[in-house]
Formats: sequence, structure tokens, C-alpha cells
Amino acid sequence: MIDISQHFEFILGSYLVTCALVGALVILVNRDYHVQEKRLADLEAKGLRRRSEENKK
Amino acid sequence: MSKNASIEPTPQDLGFFSRIAHPGYFLQWSKYWLTPLTIITVVLLAFGTYLAFFNSPADYQQGDTVRIMYVHVPNAWLSQFCYAVMVVASVGSLVWRHPLADVSAKAAAPLGATFTAVALATGALWGAPTWGTFWEWDGRMTSTLVMLFIYLGIIALWRTFEDQARAGRIIAVITLVGAINIPIIKFSVEWWNTLHQPASVFRPDGPTMPMSILLPLFVMFFGFSFLFLLLHFISMRAEILRRRVRALERRNAQRLREQQS
Amino acid sequence: MKAFWAVVLRDIKLATRIGGDALTVVLFYIMVGAIMPFAIGPDKVLLMKLGPAIIWISALLSLLLALDRLFRTDHEDGSLIAMRQAHLPLEMIVLAKLIAHWLTNAAPLIIATPLLAILLNLDASQTIKVIFTLLIGTPALVCFGAIGAAVTVTIKRGGLIAPILILPLSIPTLIFGVSALSTGAIETASSSALLFLAGFTLLALVFTPFATALALKMGAE
Repeated sequence: MIDISQHFEFILGSYLVTCALVGALVILVNRDYHVQEKRLADLEAKGLRRRSEENKK
Repeated sequence: MSKNASIEPTPQDLGFFSRIAHPGYFLQWSKYWLTPLTIITVVLLAFGTYLAFFNSPADYQQGDTVRIMYVHVPNAWLSQFCYAVMVVASVGSLVWRHPLADVSAKAAAPLGATFTAVALATGALWGAPTWGTFWEWDGRMTSTLVMLFIYLGIIALWRTFEDQARAGRIIAVITLVGAINIPIIKFSVEWWNTLHQPASVFRPDGPTMPMSILLPLFVMFFGFSFLFLLLHFISMRAEILRRRVRALERRNAQRLREQQS
Repeated sequence: MKAFWAVVLRDIKLATRIGGDALTVVLFYIMVGAIMPFAIGPDKVLLMKLGPAIIWISALLSLLLALDRLFRTDHEDGSLIAMRQAHLPLEMIVLAKLIAHWLTNAAPLIIATPLLAILLNLDASQTIKVIFTLLIGTPALVCFGAIGAAVTVTIKRGGLIAPILILPLSIPTLIFGVSALSTGAIETASSSALLFLAGFTLLALVFTPFATALALKMGAE
């Protein structure tokens, strides 16, 4: 590794901030997706179907 | 109105573009993209970070702080690109009334806000050692801040509407109004900035950048762009599912009411 | 054209009929302007320097406060639906309502400005300049306010959302409006700022009726 002595805290800080913000975004987006997937599965387990799928039967 | 919206033509009757943009069909084909996109994104970002820290020289003028550029510039680019995506989607929802266009516009807004926030934060951390201050009322930083306000306003607006189909079309109007205004805001802010302080601030876009600095920049640039694509896909899928959940919940409530009466 | 002026007159009548409606905005404007010295301190030189900026900010806030009335009552009592069925295009009706709104809200502010100017220790030439820039700039503020009001008119609990959308769009108006008043080293820029301000207002006047009418139509569906 190259010796980064100059302003190391700012460089590390900017990468950490990026990691934190983008990481939070990734986690939130994925969690939202799984929550919706689960809710849809629960509703379909109750026997509810979308109108377009009922018509196919 | 809501009854008509839920009757969708089957994918087979439509042309190529309408077929890939059909919400149900989108859910099918985008599923196969998620894993490859994840792999590409992770590899590019990991390789880019490696290059940024271990395999690129310090700039002769700014020293090691140039390494901040590798995260700052891709995010600054995405902060504008996300808005461009929203503008295209808004035209789609106003002209063709396409349900997937609404979904795309809605999914892009939080992504754009996050990338803008990252661009601002890394810009401030870059500014501290090079300008000697975290915040400079410099033309670029100021207009990026305004951009963040616009994103947050649009996100707040999405959250206040009950009827998401109506929200999509109304927000499309304000997104287009914003698109006309953003260049004017940028111009006015830069003009205001030159008025109040002579251009002494350091500009990161030097004409010549050596290949050793360009390479990590390119890798990170594509890494973050693929990350946007991946997250956009996942958010769009989540949004389609959310709309289905809502529709089913409505039907459920309706059915319960019918059973009671 | 007769229908156009009928809409203008109707809105002016509605705003002045109850009496207090237009006056409240003026009162708010004066109060915001008069409350600033309590935060800044009674330093006359400083107040004179900040005066134009304080007046502009007060005008911006007052107009933000007033914009909710632009379409809200018409939406609630159903007049907006009737207007969409009218022979006059909705764009023209929006323009008529904008003119009426400017006359009942922005014009009183401008008339009351000398009072605020005295409180803020501005001299006569500065006061005239402020009034002049307000005359040119307030139509743009009203225009953006109209877009925000049209976008949020169907939201029942959207009190703060319209200002949040409009404030970023008001930045160019504010920059050019205040820069047109600047003195000293950057005085040469003030005439170009005035031209920018005028151009921006014209641009806003041209595209606002279309954007606002579009937002109203989309909201009504």
C-alpha cells in the first residue's frame, strides 16, 4: 500500500460516508422488496387473486 | 378509473417495447438480471476501490486527496443522471400513460437523493483539505445542494398522495418543470457566485489526467452506474409488488364488506 | 376575452369581498420585515445593507403563504370542474387567476413596501429600486407558486409540501432580484441582473399556464 499520510482522515472519511449512505440505501431497498414480496405472498395464501389472473381460469 | 387501470393486455398482443415495459413481464425478465448485475457491481466497485487505494499515484498538485475524486465524481454524475431518468419516465407517464414509467420515476427519486447526498458529503470532505473549509458557496456545491432539495421535495410529494396513479402524472408535471428550471438555477447560482467572490476555488477537472488516475475513475464510474441500475431494478420490482399488495388489500376489504352485508 | 376578464373580476371580488383576505398577506409581510431587526439588532448601517434582502425574503414568504388559496377553494366547491368544462381553455383561466392573484396579493405588498423601507432605513432611491425589482420579480414568484398550488391541490393534508417544492425553484428570482439592487463594487452587474430577472419572469409567464393547467387536469382525473 502506498503510504497515505497526507489528509488520510478525510480520504478514509469520504469512503466511509459513501459506504454508510450507499449501504443504507442498499439495505433499505432490499428490505422494502422483501417486505412487499412477503405481504403479497401472505395475501395470495389467503386465496386472493388479481383480477387478470382470475379471468384466465 | 381504477377498474380500467387494472385490466392489462396480455404481453403476447403487444410490440417489443410495450412487452418489455409491461409490469408483469418486467417482473419476469428483470428477475434474471439481478444476479449478474449484482456480480458486476460488486466486482467493479471492489476492483475500483483496490485501484483507488493501492494502485494509483497521488496527484502532483493535490496529493492523496485526489483519491476522494473516485467516489465523488461518479456520485455527482449519478445525481444528474437520476434526474434525467426521472424526466424520461415523466414524459412516458404523461404522453403514453405508462404504468411502468410512474414506477420508474418513483423508484429513481430516493436513489438520486442518496447519490446527491454522497456527492455533497464527499465534496465537503474533499473541500476541507484543499479549500480549507467544509462548505464553500461555490457554484457547483450550491447547485448540488439545490438539486438535493428538489429530490427531497419530490420524495415528500410521493409520500403525500394516496392514489399513486394520479400521483405519478402530477409528479411528472413538477419533474418536467424542475427539468426546465435546473439549468436556470445552475446558471443563476454560478452567476451569483462569480459576482460575490472571484473564481479562486480549485476546479477538479484539470485538462490532463494521467491514465493511472483515469483508470480507477472509470472503474468506479461504471461500478456506481451499475449499482444504480441494479437498485433501480429492485426498487421498481418492489414498487410493482407494493401496488399489487394494495390492490389485493382493497379486494380483501371489499370481500369482507360483502360478507358482512 | 370577455370571459377571461370575467374570471379575473370574479377572483378579485372573491378575494376582497370578505375584506381581510388580501390584507392578511400585507400584515404578514410587514411583520416579517419588522421582526428581522429584532434578530439582527438596531444597527442602522447594517439594516440599510441588508434591507433589500430582508424585503425580498419577506415578499417571498408572504407569497408562499398566500398561494394555497389560489386553487384550494375552487377545488373544494367544485368551481374547478366547471372551469374545465368552460369554452375558455383552462390555460387562459389559469392566466386570469394568476393576474387576479397578483393584483390581490403581490400588488398590495408592493404598495406597502415604502413603509417597510422606512423601518429598514432605506433611502428614497433604494426604495424606488426595490419596488421596481419587486414589480418585475413577483410575477415569477406567483407563477411558481401557482404550479406548486396546482400540484398539491388534491392533497388534503399537504400544508407544507407546496412551499418545499417551490422554494428551490424561486432561487433564480431571488438571486437576480436582490443582485439587481446591489451597490458598490458589483454595481455594474445590477443592470444585467435586472435583465435576467425580466427574462426569467417572461419565461415563467409563458410556460406556467400550461404546466399549471396540465397539473390541474392530471389531478382531476
